[in-house]
Formats: sequence, C-alpha cells, structure tokens
Amino acid sequence: MIGIVDYGMGNLFSVSKALERLNADYFISGDKDELLSADAILLPGVGSFRDAMEVLQVDTIKEFAASGKPLLGICLGMQLLFEDSDENGFTKGLGLLPGHVRRFSGTIEAGETYKVPHMGWNKLEFVNSSPLLEGLEEDYVYFVHSYYVDAENSEVLLAKANYHEEVSAVVGKDNIFGMQFHPEKSSKLGMALLSNFLRLVDERKAVR
Amino acid sequence: MTLTKRIIPCLDVKEGRVVKGIQFVQLRDAGDPVELARFYDQQGADELVFLDISASVEGRKTMVEVVKSVASELAIPFTVGGGINSLEDMKRILRAGADKVSLNTAAVLNPELISEGAGYFGTQCIVVAIDAKFDEEIGTWRVYTHGGRTATDRKVIDWAKEAAGLGAGEILLTSMDSDGEKNGFDLKLTKAVSEAVSIPVIASGGAGNASHFEDAFVNGKADAALAASIFHYKETSVHEVKSYLLERGVTVR
Repeated sequence: MIGIVDYGMGNLFSVSKALERLNADYFISGDKDELLSADAILLPGVGSFRDAMEVLQVDTIKEFAASGKPLLGICLGMQLLFEDSDENGFTKGLGLLPGHVRRFSGTIEAGETYKVPHMGWNKLEFVNSSPLLEGLEEDYVYFVHSYYVDAENSEVLLAKANYHEEVSAVVGKDNIFGMQFHPEKSSKLGMALLSNFLRLVDERKAVR
Repeated sequence: MTLTKRIIPCLDVKEGRVVKGIQFVQLRDAGDPVELARFYDQQGADELVFLDISASVEGRKTMVEVVKSVASELAIPFTVGGGINSLEDMKRILRAGADKVSLNTAAVLNPELISEGAGYFGTQCIVVAIDAKFDEEIGTWRVYTHGGRTATDRKVIDWAKEAAGLGAGEILLTSMDSDGEKNGFDLKLTKAVSEAVSIPVIASGGAGNASHFEDAFVNGKADAALAASIFHYKETSVHEVKSYLLERGVTVR
C-alpha cells in the first residue's frame, strides 16, 4: 500500500490516478500513524518550498525515511528532500539527501535571458544505474519548475536534464528517491518510472 | 539545452461532447473527449487544449466530469478554457485534474483574475488566451473578446506584457486574421508577442501543413503551436508534423 502525503499543497488527483492506472493500492493521508504503516510513501508538491516546510509533517517523513521503506518525492516534493532552498529566503529542508535548491538565474553570460520556469518537455540523460531506471531508455519528460536541485554528491544523481543549468531530474540513495519532473504527466517514460518505483517497493517489501 | 517545441491539438467541447466534424473512422465514438484525447496522446501530442463552448450551466457542469475522465486516463498535460470567470471556476477545473486553465474574456474584463489565479495555483497553471486582429487605424493588433465578437481598446502587445506581469504562465495567441485560412500562422504577430514577453507563447490560427509549424517556431519564435482542424480532418497528424520538424532540425520529442 502506497501512502500519498496530504499536506494541503498541490494536486493529488493526477498522481493518484496514475497509481490507479498502474493498479497500485494507495491511500491519501496526512495522519502520522497511517503514513508510517504504508509500504512506501509518495511526497508530491506544488507551490513554494517555505510554505511546504511550514505545513509538512516533517517528523513523520523523517521517521518514515529512517525506517528504510521507500520514499519518492515528486517536483517540489523532491526538492524538500534536500538540505535547504533559496526560495523566499533561506529555508531548511528535510536534509535526507545532500544538496541545495537554487533558482534558475534566467540569464546567461552575455546578458541574454532565458525563460523561467523551466516548463515543457526535456530529455533525461541517465547518469548512474538504479532500479528506477532499469530497462528504460532516455526520453523526454515534462518539467514545470523555477528552482532546481544542485545535488552536491554526484552519487545521488541518477538522471539529469540540461536547461542552462544541470538539472537534477531523478535522484536516489538507499530508500530515498525523487523526480523533479511530473512522471504522471510524462507519457510513457513517466509511467514506466512510476512502475519501476512500484516494483522496487514490492521487492523490498518481500525482503522485509 | 533547449526544451522541445510543443504541438498541441485543440478540441472544442460542447455539453460534454467534442464538436466540429471530426474524421476519426477508427474510433468507436468520434465525439468522446476521452477517446480523442487518448488518440492524440498516442500520436505524440505534447499537450491538449479543451475549449468548453457550452452555452448552458448544465454544459459547464458536464465539463468538470469530462476533465475528470480525461485526467484519469491521460499522462500528458492538458489545459481547459472557455467560460472560466472566477477563482471558483478555476478551482473546480484544476481540482478535477486539469493542469492549466485558460482565461480570455474574463481576464480582459478583470485582469486581477490572472494574479489571483497565479497566486493561488502558481503561474504555471494560468494561460492567458488572446484573440488578436490587425487594425490599420492603430497600426497594430487589437484584442478581441467574446469569441472574437467584441473589439476592445487594448493593443495585443501591451495586453500580453500586462498579463505576463500579472502572473500569466503562458500566452495562447490566436490570430483572427489567419484563423481558418490554412495559409500558416501569423508570423509577424507571433514574433512580436514572443519578443515582448518572457513567458512561452503558443501560436494559434492558420496551420495548414507541417511547414507552417516550422515557420511558427523558427520565424515566429513560438514555443508551441496549436491546431484543430488539420488534425481533426486528418490532413496531417501530430506524428507527421513532428517527423517533418525533426528532419528540419527543430527539436521535438
């Protein structure tokens, strides 16, 4: 059973529908005991980092992460896994992965500007092998974000995209995973990535 | 380094059904928005736009159900426009699973609606649709509302800038001069707006063949291009347009 963390930020509809299409059992909850009982949790999120950290069940997420069960953050949910963000002033994150969240500058050297948010389809480049990427080919996924993760430790970087900066697109270490883009809106590759995550959840559950 | 150029089919929905003769013989039900959405998704559409042209309150309610069904089955982003006049309307459509809402007349009449929506849902959710027609008298394009029936005092470039400043995440720019002519997108208009704002611009109106899309992206500097009838009447397909663009060195997925 997958627990989708409800903390009042963002649209939980499309991600839950994506799980339904993959025949995964899930529940949506903000309750500590319920979330801790899940085989894996999914942390979605749209909005600002600071607002999210103020309302997020931080202790619950940290306790779950420490249990060793898989956790997947999506979009803002992935950014929250890192140490801190510059969004609306310096804000501390969950600190489950090493790295910082920074804003796209919007300008390149010669003073030329580029568009922020990074919105649209961009190609993933696989960097490190991971069960999340198993059997998949590099393809386009759908991004919408104005801040990006600068992953300090390249080991956690599983796939990246290039948008004037190196964008950490898929990250993962042990049981903590994140996707900056919206897998539920990223057509075939997006669904395949979610499917791989669900398989990983099942495999680890079997071992546990 | 660059994002792909997006190809966006547009579907007109009335009382929950897709209208405007659509030639899809292989579909069981050519008027079902969900089935058509799936068809375009399979062809490689990057996004879809649903325009609700229902005249009745009942029809608008039906649209929410359509949005729910589409969102349940589709793994690409989609935008819903038509008849969205308030923050409540936006909530209803976005909570039903749409990724973006498109505001047109309501935004012109009440520009604050853009900032309210952007503040509540984020700029990426708010598309401002502009219907533009060249006006000899003022020597530039004029903004029209109410489905192109009402001329306003606004100039398109100024309105696009204002909308972007208020928090619009994208401009859906329809040329009334080119619409339905199939002679290509209005490149001057598209380029002028694209260069005036720092948010993505979707060119609309006038697509007749694959090369028109290349023109819109290369010469019109559009980030995305929208078309309805040439896809519906199978004069070309999303896949065909993308193959052509790839050959010509335009980045598409």
